[in-house]
Amino acid sequence: MEVTLKIFRYNPEVDKKWHYETYSIEAEETDRILDLLEKVKGHVDGTLSFRRSCAHGVCGSDALRINGRNYLACKTLVRDVGHKITVEPLLGLKVIKDLIVDMEPFFNNYKKVLPYFINESPLPADGKERLQSPEDRARFDETTKCILCAACTTSCPSYWGNESYLGPAALVTAHRFIFDSRDEAASQRLEILSETNGVARCHTIFNCTMACPRDIKITKAIGELKMAMVTGKLD
Amino acid sequence: MANIHQFDVVVVGAGGAGLMAGLYASRGAKTAVISKLYPTRSHTGAAQGGIGAALGNLEEDKPEWHTYDTVKGSDYLGDQDAIEFMCNEAIDAVLELEHMGLPFDRTPEGRISQRPFGGHTNNETGKPVRRAAHAADRTGHMILQTLYQQCLKNKVNFFDEYQALELLIVNGKAAGVVAVELATGELHTFHAKAVIFATGGHGRIFEVTSNAYAYTGDGAAMLLRKGLPLEDMEFFQFHPTGIYKLGILITEGVRGEGGVLINGKGERFMPKYAPTVKDLASRDVVSRAIYTEIREGRGANGSNYVYLDVRPESVIKYAALDGRTNPDGSPYTITGEEVLAKLPDIIDFCRVYLGVDPVTQLMPIQPTAHYTMGGIPTNKYGEVVIDDKNTVFPGLYAAGECACVSVHGGNRLGTNSLLDLVVFGKHSGIKAAEYANQVDFQELPGDAEAGARSQFDTLRNGSGKENAFDIATEMKKVMFDLVGIYRNEKDMRSAVEKVRGLQERFKQVRVTDTGRIFNTDLLNTWELGNMLEVAEVIAHCALNRKESRGGHSREDYPERDDQNWLKHTLAWKKDGNVSIGYKPVVITKYQPKKRVY
Repeated sequence: MEVTLKIFRYNPEVDKKWHYETYSIEAEETDRILDLLEKVKGHVDGTLSFRRSCAHGVCGSDALRINGRNYLACKTLVRDVGHKITVEPLLGLKVIKDLIVDMEPFFNNYKKVLPYFINESPLPADGKERLQSPEDRARFDETTKCILCAACTTSCPSYWGNESYLGPAALVTAHRFIFDSRDEAASQRLEILSETNGVARCHTIFNCTMACPRDIKITKAIGELKMAMVTGKLD
Repeated sequence: MANIHQFDVVVVGAGGAGLMAGLYASRGAKTAVISKLYPTRSHTGAAQGGIGAALGNLEEDKPEWHTYDTVKGSDYLGDQDAIEFMCNEAIDAVLELEHMGLPFDRTPEGRISQRPFGGHTNNETGKPVRRAAHAADRTGHMILQTLYQQCLKNKVNFFDEYQALELLIVNGKAAGVVAVELATGELHTFHAKAVIFATGGHGRIFEVTSNAYAYTGDGAAMLLRKGLPLEDMEFFQFHPTGIYKLGILITEGVRGEGGVLINGKGERFMPKYAPTVKDLASRDVVSRAIYTEIREGRGANGSNYVYLDVRPESVIKYAALDGRTNPDGSPYTITGEEVLAKLPDIIDFCRVYLGVDPVTQLMPIQPTAHYTMGGIPTNKYGEVVIDDKNTVFPGLYAAGECACVSVHGGNRLGTNSLLDLVVFGKHSGIKAAEYANQVDFQELPGDAEAGARSQFDTLRNGSGKENAFDIATEMKKVMFDLVGIYRNEKDMRSAVEKVRGLQERFKQVRVTDTGRIFNTDLLNTWELGNMLEVAEVIAHCALNRKESRGGHSREDYPERDDQNWLKHTLAWKKDGNVSIGYKPVVITKYQPKKRVY
């Protein structure tokens, strides 16, 4: 069958302004949107530019706006979105070329929340692992799934309105460490999140949760951060 | 306008091996890590089931057993000194990851949880042993994230989305690399005393593969172009369980949790091929068993796939038949909820790509091109060695999937890839920093970028009569059909010819994107050139090895031949042709014997 693929195009070396190109291509219901982009690039227009790597939803390279919603192009099939497909770059980050956006602001926010394990206490005397109960491990399991694709942050109206807002992805990373019973820097991170552009900017819109290709309940995680901030407890 | 950077050590690639190397090298020397992807996009993140170490957290286990299993898994082609080294280091390596914060799953006592995996056994009973330390079915993701996070904590210098194009060699020593910055198209020279390649594998040369688009053999091809050899390139692993047609990996952990393989007649077939460990035999054994079932007409629906079954009722039934028990001796059982908790990503992949729910339905699977056992020859410190005497090439290191130490020999055991990249990433980083602190910079030639520039010019100036996408599609099909799981002289001769034909056609390709900014057309075309070079070497080496060993299975030479072939292949590209040499396998404790699972 044939699908119509309408793609956002912008080449800064040639175009004054962005535009859309429409391509009619043969596809199957089970084709990934990424497969369609590859077909266009391979046979119709080699200049079409996008990021991709793993092609099965674990590397986070190809988060895009597909029919107005954020998805990973490699984890979205034709049968999920229909035969008229519009593909656009993520909103809220500067477009560099076609579907490629500048990820630096996104990663800079990530780096602000101390996105690494901190525990300066001596290691167990036997040199083995720090112990952690299955329950304590389960406490932050959900937020360890994040692949930093930016689908959540770039679906967030609060982020669109204020790019200084840390955004859902950075908060998810903070959650992953704050609720890890082995980590010792929860209060430092909560301090960072309590600043103007921290969790206060989350208005519980749930776009992030809807957008997450890893099914992380992001709004819930942010709610837990807010609760921790209010109560001072990490239950 | 030249962009020149000077670092003691430059690491190329930011997957698990590159990050580990970067972390360790930067402790002793000024280090940069350059990567064509954002580090967290690297393919280590796709590894699922676990990292092997004889922690013995759930039952008795020993590094010696891990060593023997790895030697046996390698079909005796692995170097036993290096294997022993890796398996002894494994315990500390996994503990170090935990100390870095890696969220391993836990036992009720709070220790790192472990699951059984193919080829890992209790050497006394021959039964599967719980050796794979895991974090759900995203262990690689956790390793990649944790190492990247530790690199940030330790302020490692990253150059993200920089594609290395050429290794610089001056006075017979590594002197740096030239890379293109994707965002601007500008070339950059990284002048260094030591260079570590951690560039990953090249599974993308095959039609059905679990590998990322980025897996195009860049490091291997860059060294071939410098006249350096590659080792054991005929050995490529086909993982038994890829999602039918797509090749997406379904971890061996599914079978570790009790899943079984079922043919089109509804029969569990692995007991025929591996009576003791059954579905948890080595990957080469299981992949061949699946192909044999399909060839003999027992594929599902008469087609070229079989089923993987992890439905709780099936798991419980077969576990009872196998006499499998929990650590406390009670019969092994599992619920649908536990399947979901232990294998969430697998369930997700099956639902998304197949519309199948593994808790209640069978998963259609076929073998998928998965792992590069061969690669850049190194010793156990990650130093690149270039001949049969293991002569070290000064200043050059390799680690992870691009390297061939060789710890995997003819067939890698599941969980040993993650172990490999952590252990050898670390040691290459340490060694490179030590070396860099003892030597001076080599003086670079006036125009260090000339070689890289001319590679790009060639791709821009072709006649345009040929299409790169078509050439890539044909190469993948040729390699999968003719140099795949089962091989023979006629097919491989044809493959060598066809790949050479494709290389000729490749000369007629012209990159259509003439811009500088994010020219992915140029980059992908350059990568295709690498894949064609690597594919040719693989086909050539496979044709040359007249025996069956590990992942290299020849219909015309079905037996292992230790008399003539217990040796590593070395392959050089000289004057446009592949030339072959050999080097001995290091055998310490384990004399080759027949491999039975």
